[in-house]
Amino acid sequence: MKFVACINHVPDTEAKIKIGSGGNAIDRTGVNYILNPYDEFAIEAALQLKEKKGGETFAVTLGGDSHKETLRKALAMGIDKVILLKDDSVRDSFSVAKALADELKKLTPDFIFFGKQSIDYNGEQLPGLVAEMLGIPSVSTVVKMSVEETKVICEREIEGGHEVVETSYPVVISAQKGLNEPRYPSLKGIMASKSKPIEERQPIAVPSAAEVVGMQKPPSKQSGKIVGTDATAVPELVRLLHEEAKVI
Amino acid sequence: MKFKGLDYYDVAGLLSEEEILVRDTVREFVEDNILPIIEKHYSAGTFPMDLIPKMADLGMFGSTLPAKYGCAEMNNVAYGLMMQELERGDSGIRSFASVQSALVMYPIFTFGSEQQKDFWLPKLAKGEKIGCFGLTEPDYGSNPGGMITRAEDKGDHYLLNGAKMWITNGTIADVAVVWAKLNGVVHGFLVEKGTKGFTAPEMKGKHSLRASVTSELIFQDCKIPKENIFPKTDGLKSPLMCLNQARYGIAWGAIGSAMTCYDTALNYAKSRIQFGKPIASFQITQEKLVHMVTEITKAQLLCLQLGRLKDQKKLRFQQVSLAKRNNVNMALEIARVAREILGANGILDEYPVMRHMANLESVKTYEGTHEMHTLIVGEDITGIPAYV
Repeated sequence: MKFVACINHVPDTEAKIKIGSGGNAIDRTGVNYILNPYDEFAIEAALQLKEKKGGETFAVTLGGDSHKETLRKALAMGIDKVILLKDDSVRDSFSVAKALADELKKLTPDFIFFGKQSIDYNGEQLPGLVAEMLGIPSVSTVVKMSVEETKVICEREIEGGHEVVETSYPVVISAQKGLNEPRYPSLKGIMASKSKPIEERQPIAVPSAAEVVGMQKPPSKQSGKIVGTDATAVPELVRLLHEEAKVI
Repeated sequence: MKFKGLDYYDVAGLLSEEEILVRDTVREFVEDNILPIIEKHYSAGTFPMDLIPKMADLGMFGSTLPAKYGCAEMNNVAYGLMMQELERGDSGIRSFASVQSALVMYPIFTFGSEQQKDFWLPKLAKGEKIGCFGLTEPDYGSNPGGMITRAEDKGDHYLLNGAKMWITNGTIADVAVVWAKLNGVVHGFLVEKGTKGFTAPEMKGKHSLRASVTSELIFQDCKIPKENIFPKTDGLKSPLMCLNQARYGIAWGAIGSAMTCYDTALNYAKSRIQFGKPIASFQITQEKLVHMVTEITKAQLLCLQLGRLKDQKKLRFQQVSLAKRNNVNMALEIARVAREILGANGILDEYPVMRHMANLESVKTYEGTHEMHTLIVGEDITGIPAYV
């Protein structure tokens, strides 16, 4: 069986983001990039399923040379083969999905895992788009999964509870926190990853369907207000929370 | 906020992708597994035993040794970065890894028979067995050549008598690498737990390295099987070679302690308000913080080149002495200055500073005292030994 994790290289969660001079992209200088945290669940899911069922694991990413760092981490965690669809041009989710689907068609995986979203643009579109393009089912925000012969049973998060879904594979699954506990790359794995090749391929060119025309930072936080320092301030505080802040 | 390390001179730019990944992996491991529990263990005076399998899973024991023993086969810079991150957690945890790797697995690998290597190294790498190293004695610290512990050849076994002191991991060890005189020459022996006449009581009452086990080793007519002697040792030089391995890791480890003390002091100085402004805006505080950044940056570059020399097999032991001496002293000084910046808060276990300071007092003295390293470098540059 083949298990593929589609992964992304994203700014560190604590990076201070600045908007670039063009106004429609971030300024990458000085920004540290990491493996998208949700994709760690995707990699772990692929590794665990291989350990149970046997087969081969892959990680695929689309981007420039800098994405190799993230592929190395996937190798160090235990992924067998990694593929870089080398293209650092600006693409929207549709264009990325087309390129991924094209590559995945050739790989013929049984399970395709994504993190539920990339924490850079939070589009949450790729798993669904790729599944649709491949004509296979997809289950999103999965927190529990089991595979029984031809059946795949997933538990997914819904508002206020969980939903249990049954489907078949090949399938696309987007991983939510809780699906598993991602392993650390072992020091041995890190050293061994050095000698494993990163396959580079040219992804198909697909024009984007949407274009980013501008980016804005959220308005800066306003300073707090002290309405009083003893019990007499409570009615006013309640009024403000109700009428101004509208939180109660 | 997650620890970002300190890298004022882009020293990471001199590291390979693998070295960075090792550093970041151990950093995350420390964040998740050591920091949440360390204060509790430090205050109770216990070693967190459940860390051993986790550290072994990651490959932290004997990590520079060959893969055929189940080791990671890392280079010495990656090993150093691992030690730096571990000591960012706690010197006691780093000490555990140092002893298991540099003082137990390294001598078995270097001086041991094929049988000793095949039997012990995989088990020690997996953390299934714990080791300790017995060289120092109650009356022989800086002068180990005067050791009293003796082995006698009794034909089908050796008879071991004597005592060792200040032995990290002693009480919890399954095997002790013990140095003793046989016919007046220092030899290494593997003494297994349960050997009749061998006891390892824990030393209590420490104000430093409290999350680490320190013990005495007592040998009373211990019968040591003939196959448990190291076949390839060369007198006192052999245990000193082990210490040199451990010192190398300590030079890196001290940077970890210093970085966390600096980081704590910087964050505190930016948020602590006195006279209506953060204390980071006062010149005296800024001078202290700049001093810390400068010293840490120097120590980082010192260690990186030390590691590169070690990987190229060009390292001289005097260079390791210089780095251990400088870096531990620098880290201790930084811990003290960080405590000053934190004021009274600096003495609380809410911050890691006082724990690191107390730990570093031991680190300054063990694995060759600050003074002995001074004299080693002193002899090297003048040609005159000052300790005999």
